[in-house]
Amino acid sequence: MFRLWKRLVPLARDHHVNEVISSPKRHYAAVKEFESPISDEYKKGPAEGRPLYLDAQATTPLDPRVLDQMMPYMTTYYGNPHSRTHMYGWETEAAVERGRKQVADLIGADPKEIIFTSGATECNNISVKGVARFYKEKKKHVVTTQTEHKCVLDSCRALQAEGFNVTYLPVKPNGLIDIDQLEAALRPDTSLVSIMTVNNEIGVQQPIAEIGALCRRKKVFFHTDAAQAVGKIPINVNAMNIDLMSISGHKLYGPKGIGALYVRRRPRVRVEALQSGGGQERGMRSGTVPAPLVVGLGAACELAQKEMAYDHKYIEDLSQHLIQKIMGSLTNVVRNGDEVAWYPGCVNLSFAFVEGESLLMALKDVALSSGSACTSASLEPSYVLRAIGAAEDLAHSSIRFGIGRFTTREEVDYTAHNIIRHVIRLREMSPLWEMVQEGIDIKSIKWTQH
Amino acid sequence: MAVAREMIVNLYRNLIRESKKWDSYNYRMYALRKIRHEFRENKLLQDAEKIKESYNYGLTNLDMIRRQVTIGNLYSTRQLVIETTPTQKAL
Repeated sequence: MFRLWKRLVPLARDHHVNEVISSPKRHYAAVKEFESPISDEYKKGPAEGRPLYLDAQATTPLDPRVLDQMMPYMTTYYGNPHSRTHMYGWETEAAVERGRKQVADLIGADPKEIIFTSGATECNNISVKGVARFYKEKKKHVVTTQTEHKCVLDSCRALQAEGFNVTYLPVKPNGLIDIDQLEAALRPDTSLVSIMTVNNEIGVQQPIAEIGALCRRKKVFFHTDAAQAVGKIPINVNAMNIDLMSISGHKLYGPKGIGALYVRRRPRVRVEALQSGGGQERGMRSGTVPAPLVVGLGAACELAQKEMAYDHKYIEDLSQHLIQKIMGSLTNVVRNGDEVAWYPGCVNLSFAFVEGESLLMALKDVALSSGSACTSASLEPSYVLRAIGAAEDLAHSSIRFGIGRFTTREEVDYTAHNIIRHVIRLREMSPLWEMVQEGIDIKSIKWTQH
Repeated sequence: MAVAREMIVNLYRNLIRESKKWDSYNYRMYALRKIRHEFRENKLLQDAEKIKESYNYGLTNLDMIRRQVTIGNLYSTRQLVIETTPTQKAL
């Protein structure tokens, strides 16, 4: 049935595509699609086709060039990189070390300072808990911000339960921290400052170099969660005085399930391992290193380094295009986050008088999110937006647009067009919007009777 | 051996032709955009060594694209909404 539909609509793509690929295979793929484990009719998506992907902060597609490097290690070279007695081990070990060097080169580090983990969450856990616990005899204080990722905040909560003091720094309305406030928060017994480089919800870019310089001067270790930043903006751990840094594979077009932690060697940063075992990765993260994933992460880092300027310019063009198009056609749209210190791949807009979730439901042909993927199940407004002081109603009406390497201009146009259409439609239904059009100040209304 | 002009034109044609076979909309569009960009960037290359280097880079990528198109098309999905709906230009 579906194939028939495909023929009816005029194809925008080249016609010979279908001739080249043998039809039995295509048929098989088409059948497979309908055997997908999704049983919920709604979740099967729009009948017209698969939704567009505009959620690059949640995850990015694997770059085919990365997969191409990984394939041999998923099929032919299956050795354990820690096996020292035979060729199978040696060849994967060499590949892992090459991957380590590629990661290190991207951030200006030494390969020995890179620890492979399962992802940025594990990196953040090792950094926050590991450093705090290792230095707990003398230092019992950790500083972080209110807009951190959940895994940093939750690690800090765990530390509090163990008797540590944690300062959660507020952020300014533009999402950035106040460097003076940070300096005031540092105490003689502060062991660690953990501040993310690029925020995953509003895309603001913290002044990492300044924070790093401050921490170095005060002799406090500085950890930054750079999952959203590495490979997208230039980062140098030495120039920025970063002591620990979390990297995630699947945010820079690499495979999922791999991350890397940078741990400085000079001056030496020591962490208490969370996991006991064979002592791999300098004893900080025991467990067999997944060679194919490391090869993928390395390839993704090398690519990111090569393509950074091109990608950044392209993504910036697209996001400016998106913002201008939406802002030009709609009123009462608020941009969340700083407009200058900002990574352009993450655009967070609040559409006043429209419920974010209903907009997402209406836009079922575009994969968007109202905030981070971890909290997308709850209807609570994002804590990041509340931290930047967004009003409750605006925090409820925010949408995050994630633009990446593989997003096309046509996709951005399509999204902007549909956003505008649905916002106008939803506002026309809204009694609040009607009241605003009549000149009634919504804030002055007393809603409850008692 | 210097790289002849025809070889470069051939490489370009092959890269574009192979990329067009990509089933995934996003990968296909990226490949086409990137190939055109790279060739435009390197149009004025004079140094024979550099030309050779870029040419070899293109050849390895051609092999990669061929492999990845095959793999990608084994697991192809139905098209994106943007491919099935009429172009948005009129909007």
